[in-house]
Amino acid sequence: MTETASKPAQTEVWITGIGLATSLGEGLDANWAALQEKRINVDEKGFAPYIVHPLMPVTFDSQIPKKGDQRQMEAWQRIGTYAAGLALDSAGIKGNKDILSKIDMVVAAGGGERDLNVDTGVLTAEAKGANAPGFLNERLMSDLRPTLFLAQLSNLLAGNIAIVHGIGGTSRTFMGEEVAGADAARIALSRIASGESDIALIGGSHNGERKDLMVLYEFGDFNLKDKFAPVWARKDHAGFALGSAGAFLVLESKAHAEARGAKPFAKLSSVVADLARRKTPGDMTATLEKLWAKLPKRDGKGAIISGATGAEPATSEERGFLKGHAEFPVRSTGTMFGHTMETQFPLGIALAALSISRGALFPPNDSTGTEIEMQGAPTQIVVVGAGHWRGEGMALVEAVS
Amino acid sequence: MTAPRDKLGRPVVVVTGMGIMTSLGNGKTDNWAKLVAGESGIRTITRFPVDGLKTTMAGTVDFVSVDPFSSTALSERMAELVTQEALDQAGIGAKADFPGPLFLAVAPVEVEWPQRRELGRAVGKLDFNYDDLLRISGGGKYSAYHHRFMFGSVAAYLAETFGTKGSPISLSTACASGATSIQLGVEAIRRGETDAALCVATDGTVNPEALVRFSLLSALSTQNDPPQAASRPFSKNRDGFVMAEGAGALVLESYEAAAARGAKILGVIAGCGELTDSFHRTRSSPDGKPIIGCMNKTLADASMTPDQIDHINAHGTATPENDKMEYNTTSAVFGELVSKIPVTSNKSMVGHTISAAGAVEAIFSLLTLEHQRIPPTINYDNPDPTILFDVVGNKARDARVTAVMSNSFGFGGQNASLILTREPA
Repeated sequence: MTETASKPAQTEVWITGIGLATSLGEGLDANWAALQEKRINVDEKGFAPYIVHPLMPVTFDSQIPKKGDQRQMEAWQRIGTYAAGLALDSAGIKGNKDILSKIDMVVAAGGGERDLNVDTGVLTAEAKGANAPGFLNERLMSDLRPTLFLAQLSNLLAGNIAIVHGIGGTSRTFMGEEVAGADAARIALSRIASGESDIALIGGSHNGERKDLMVLYEFGDFNLKDKFAPVWARKDHAGFALGSAGAFLVLESKAHAEARGAKPFAKLSSVVADLARRKTPGDMTATLEKLWAKLPKRDGKGAIISGATGAEPATSEERGFLKGHAEFPVRSTGTMFGHTMETQFPLGIALAALSISRGALFPPNDSTGTEIEMQGAPTQIVVVGAGHWRGEGMALVEAVS
Repeated sequence: MTAPRDKLGRPVVVVTGMGIMTSLGNGKTDNWAKLVAGESGIRTITRFPVDGLKTTMAGTVDFVSVDPFSSTALSERMAELVTQEALDQAGIGAKADFPGPLFLAVAPVEVEWPQRRELGRAVGKLDFNYDDLLRISGGGKYSAYHHRFMFGSVAAYLAETFGTKGSPISLSTACASGATSIQLGVEAIRRGETDAALCVATDGTVNPEALVRFSLLSALSTQNDPPQAASRPFSKNRDGFVMAEGAGALVLESYEAAAARGAKILGVIAGCGELTDSFHRTRSSPDGKPIIGCMNKTLADASMTPDQIDHINAHGTATPENDKMEYNTTSAVFGELVSKIPVTSNKSMVGHTISAAGAVEAIFSLLTLEHQRIPPTINYDNPDPTILFDVVGNKARDARVTAVMSNSFGFGGQNASLILTREPA
């Protein structure tokens, strides 16, 4: 029992596939074009006074061919299953049974998409006097669709991805709002870097066009109301505009990618995360600073992609951190895509890898001066993900040398 | 001193602290005594009216109170109590200063009916829609509900209370969640990222909607009377699982770290494995290949062969499909040994603790190793003639047990297995 072996060599991890379905469009070209044109897709009327970034409609059939599968999912799962399919396509492994049978999935998910008619039906009946002890039970037994539960369960996003795309490796679902996305990337990266895994599909999806979610965030007065403004310009009008998006990435060891001739968008060098206490002003800024110090050395042409939500005080805390690194051009995914919760961090990694592979950071879109122009091609991009309420994550995405 | 490694050259991962709570009671001592005595924790639900429900019993944890009540608050309180028990036993770190990360298996969190009803009443109208609810949700009156119903709320509370390090992970792999939390801890230690990990699993979700959801999927037993006889794993007249609440916590450490501080080693997590089934949302692939693959991966991870396993702590939910599938797949892996290895299902007594089950049953497996006594599968008086397991029926059995396989299978194609041993192999 005392055999010894050295820790397996830490291997380089490449991002070889990206799948995006967002409020700006589907696929890498459409999203990139919208970013170049500084086009933002917000709906200020449909949920007024609340603002959302609605999903640019997609043809779900192209990634989820069976209507039966589509019917078994609610929107958040359809968006994610669709984006996961795009990522597999992008990596060139769609339908490759040998590889799909061993992919390790780590999905960041919320869940619980509700049937609003059932909920209001129960509540209004009760307001009108229905008070028999079994009233709620009877209504739920008769009104809930039997399969709705499966569209609500957090791990059924991964389950649907496995069914629709034929993935037969492992499957883990992380919950916990924004930082779940960072932790999904962190664990998948650790597993590949240490040799526990060769290839992983990570990501998340979010349907921001949901009144039941808005109620939850309205409890904390987090929803952006009335008028859209870039994230950095919301200090006196704080809040986030929920966004719909799916963002998935294929992570792969360099050796595995090279063996199959796959080209990298970029490499994922490090992902770190923490839980600041956030009890006193400056706590979160200090935690972000600590995470920044944990990342590998940055000596290339750097930039920062932030997932700041627009909610306070988190956004001001993050701005405090960014001020200390003002030489790095900053971009906000929250301004462009809205707040996509668990998906925001994978989305940030996706845009970092895309920017590196296209040889340019997308342009700033901000009136406060927080975002500045960047000349030349970025070789190192730090993705920052600080949750609206808790949880901080950071990743370093680099050009493959 | 050379670091103790397993046959694959990785640090050996041991258990130095355990805490448990089920419908049988609080703590290892109470649970073990009742478990080997064949007591059932299943009872008629009193927490809420059961009128109009097909299933009226569950393994509720009624001896822990939280105020205001919510399933999430109950899950959190149970997790806190079992973690404290595990830490007291392990004697690791300092108060509120656990030297490693937290991996928490927890049921998906959502706003619950009591809060939704409160909101409905606050609208103050007879006819209203969701916009009316939305309009009155802000202003700070309900800010506590935002904090309560964040998915990460339970993990954050535990992380702050016990001072775990880094970003705590909340995870769900449905009914395999508890096993996954242990697996994540094992992997972190094997990678050398930490010497210790706190793996906790909790589920307090016996509430009307959760019960209705499983009921609508025809997954629950409806043998309500008497409730103690409802959960019938491996029996011919089994008709579904019984929802239950509970929590389990394990302190995992590298053997080296545990030995260095002189900690008592309670057992070893010799192997873990998982394999996704992409066949169907709630049903296993008819050929059983993903489950067979999961068990084989776990054996390989432990560098063990089937003949070295001398007890199986089955998933054993008592749904018609699970038990049959579990027998067929176990047969495929264990061959002729399948009828010789004693098998038991703790769910016959504590019910199915869903997100917590993998951890709860891993702890029962470790207690089985410690006491060299296998708890019974109760209500086993009408064996399914097609399931030829050596079921430890109705009465506990003394046995030489050196290695236990514990299985967990869940909706969404989640399969996870663990192999637990007494001593490092």
